[in-house]
Amino acid sequence: MKADDQKRLLREMIFYRRFEERSFEAYMERKIGGFLHLYSGQEAVATGVLEMARCGHDYVITGYRDHVHALKAGAPPREVMAELYGKVTGSSRGRGGSMHIFDPSVNFMGGYALVGQPFPLAAGLALAAKHKGTDQIAICFLGDGANNQGTFHETLNMASLWKLPVLFVCENNLYAIGTRIDRSSAVIDQYKRVGAYNIPSSQHDGQDIDVVMAAARTAIDHVRGGSGPYFIEFMTYRQRGHSMSDSNAYRSKEEERQWAERDPIKIYGDRLKKARILTDKDIADLEKSVLDEIENEVVRFAEESPEPRVEDLNKYCLDDQPNPQWIGPLVQGDQHG
Amino acid sequence: MADMAYWEAIRRAHDEELAHDRMVIAMGEDIGVAGGTYKATSGLYQKYGAERIIDTPISENSYTGIGIGASMAGVRPIIEIMSINFALLALDTLINAAAKIRYMSGGRASCPIVMRTPGGTAHQLAAQHSARLARMFMSTPGLRVVTPRGPLDAYGMLKSAVRCNDPVIIIEHESMYNMRGEVPDEESFRPLEGAEIVRAGTDVTLIGYNYSVHLCLAAADKLASMGLSAEVLDLRALRPIDRDTIRRSVEKTHKVVIAEEDEAAVGVGAEIISVIIEECFFALDAQPVRVHAADVPVPYNRLLEKAAIPNADDVLAAALKVLGRV
Ligand SMILES: Cc1ncc(C[n+]2csc(CCOP(=O)(O)OP(=O)(O)O)c2C)c(N)n1
Ligand SMILES: [Mg+2]
Repeated sequence: MKADDQKRLLREMIFYRRFEERSFEAYMERKIGGFLHLYSGQEAVATGVLEMARCGHDYVITGYRDHVHALKAGAPPREVMAELYGKVTGSSRGRGGSMHIFDPSVNFMGGYALVGQPFPLAAGLALAAKHKGTDQIAICFLGDGANNQGTFHETLNMASLWKLPVLFVCENNLYAIGTRIDRSSAVIDQYKRVGAYNIPSSQHDGQDIDVVMAAARTAIDHVRGGSGPYFIEFMTYRQRGHSMSDSNAYRSKEEERQWAERDPIKIYGDRLKKARILTDKDIADLEKSVLDEIENEVVRFAEESPEPRVEDLNKYCLDDQPNPQWIGPLVQGDQHG
Repeated sequence: MADMAYWEAIRRAHDEELAHDRMVIAMGEDIGVAGGTYKATSGLYQKYGAERIIDTPISENSYTGIGIGASMAGVRPIIEIMSINFALLALDTLINAAAKIRYMSGGRASCPIVMRTPGGTAHQLAAQHSARLARMFMSTPGLRVVTPRGPLDAYGMLKSAVRCNDPVIIIEHESMYNMRGEVPDEESFRPLEGAEIVRAGTDVTLIGYNYSVHLCLAAADKLASMGLSAEVLDLRALRPIDRDTIRRSVEKTHKVVIAEEDEAAVGVGAEIISVIIEECFFALDAQPVRVHAADVPVPYNRLLEKAAIPNADDVLAAALKVLGRV
């Protein structure tokens, strides 16, 4: 990988971290409501996997911890932030919020709050790609907890049976809210649960973006090559609580400290410094430019954008411009039996 | 005009839509190689192949979800659920996803799926195969719900549902697949909205949908032989409800019976009476009466099943009651 790309990747991860931390602040100021699930600590997974995908071309779908997946897929940061603010300029026009970022213009097909629901939706996107005869693939990011849903088993079975071009990325951050994985899954290594469905799977370090990219390369080549689905598990850790009102009482400070040492941005930054691609000063400059961009372009846009109009409450429920041929009105006396 | 069975009408709509648009596919249990539980997809597997007539494993929630995901990317799936009882397993993807995706994406994504599924009682299928459940779907914003009463609507509404950009639930009926009726020879469409006056009358309005329209028609015949004129209104669509046509009929007859095969609580009749009260309370000359199933899980025993489910005589008795003849 070229040095310029490495610098860009580091900047992206710093940007995503700052985006999340800045939304935390906005939440504290009550400018963002509802649930807010932050991705801090897991950046290398979405960034690394999607760096290997063709964003804008491939379909990407995920759960409610979705900001960074949307951003890396190509959703404009100012629109994602505006969505968190509930503004009409937001990715989902203020109707979805943090958990439901959508940007079909770059084939980011949404964030979903029902744990496990994106599994079949992703397989459906893959089925559409296959049906259309394109070389698109669908990439589904979900947590470890989602694997306990029936949709996991049902979808893996059908995706394998029909050889659908779908990559399942399991972001194993060891917890489903406050329940640790060894208390909810009879098999701890999630990639082993896939064996029953004749789908290749593997497990990797999710904190080192180089490891993530190498693993994703293999998996994506497999899927795009027409060999059917692939399941890839990355071991990672969320640095913040599950959502905003989480005391983290279920995990130890020692565990948090150990994982903080394995911060993906620190790991990658240190590597680039060691390789003399960047200096401490370069990284400080990167951080400053990210701060500027987020403040002046992203947050300002969200703050200054208008709210949706209350008159538009009923918009988007059904197709707002339906073809009368399919919908009606019905001509009375037109019936035959 | 061709005389055909309800199942043949559905099959013809499939065939025409599959031929018209390569993006149309069908999916469901036993619909392909086996030809469909109700023959509604028979022969299509041979004609369109396994890629477009997809036999699914028994995974209702996830194959519905796969259809929904595919629909977000341009495919138009017709999803068959063998029985509405099994649709309960697909409620997450249907109600939490399909019905909400357009809204929660601010209109940027849509799910043009069709879900076809039969409700209703047949011959002693017992509690787990006899649910109707129309009332559950009709309360969900983001869906369209239609209830064809015969081959013409079964054909024309399925065709419209495939082309429409919203998720459409088509509720068929276990006991109606062999019902016959006329369907035009040339291609045609039937609108997904609008109640229909199936029989004009002046003394009482009998409201039904799907199977219960036929109970209303039979009751209307008997009323006619007694010199009473009943208007029969087929709701056709349970979501959205055609408030205007209901109001106009009630303003004409001033008396109403609503016949549903479902249980009464929080149901179709309850909703229609609310609509009437909101639209034209002062047009009523008598309290509306609901004809509905007994408030029990449907029993197996033939006599008990018959007692649990309304028939034409129940509609007739209700009509005579609102007409003050009993
Ligand atoms: C069907 C469903 N059940 C329960 C919940 C509540 N819930 C939200 S997130 C979550 C934990 C999911 O954990 P995991 O899949 O590991 O993802 P993570 O939050 O760790 O990224 C639960 C139980 C939900 N949103 N949906
Ligand atoms: Mg987790």
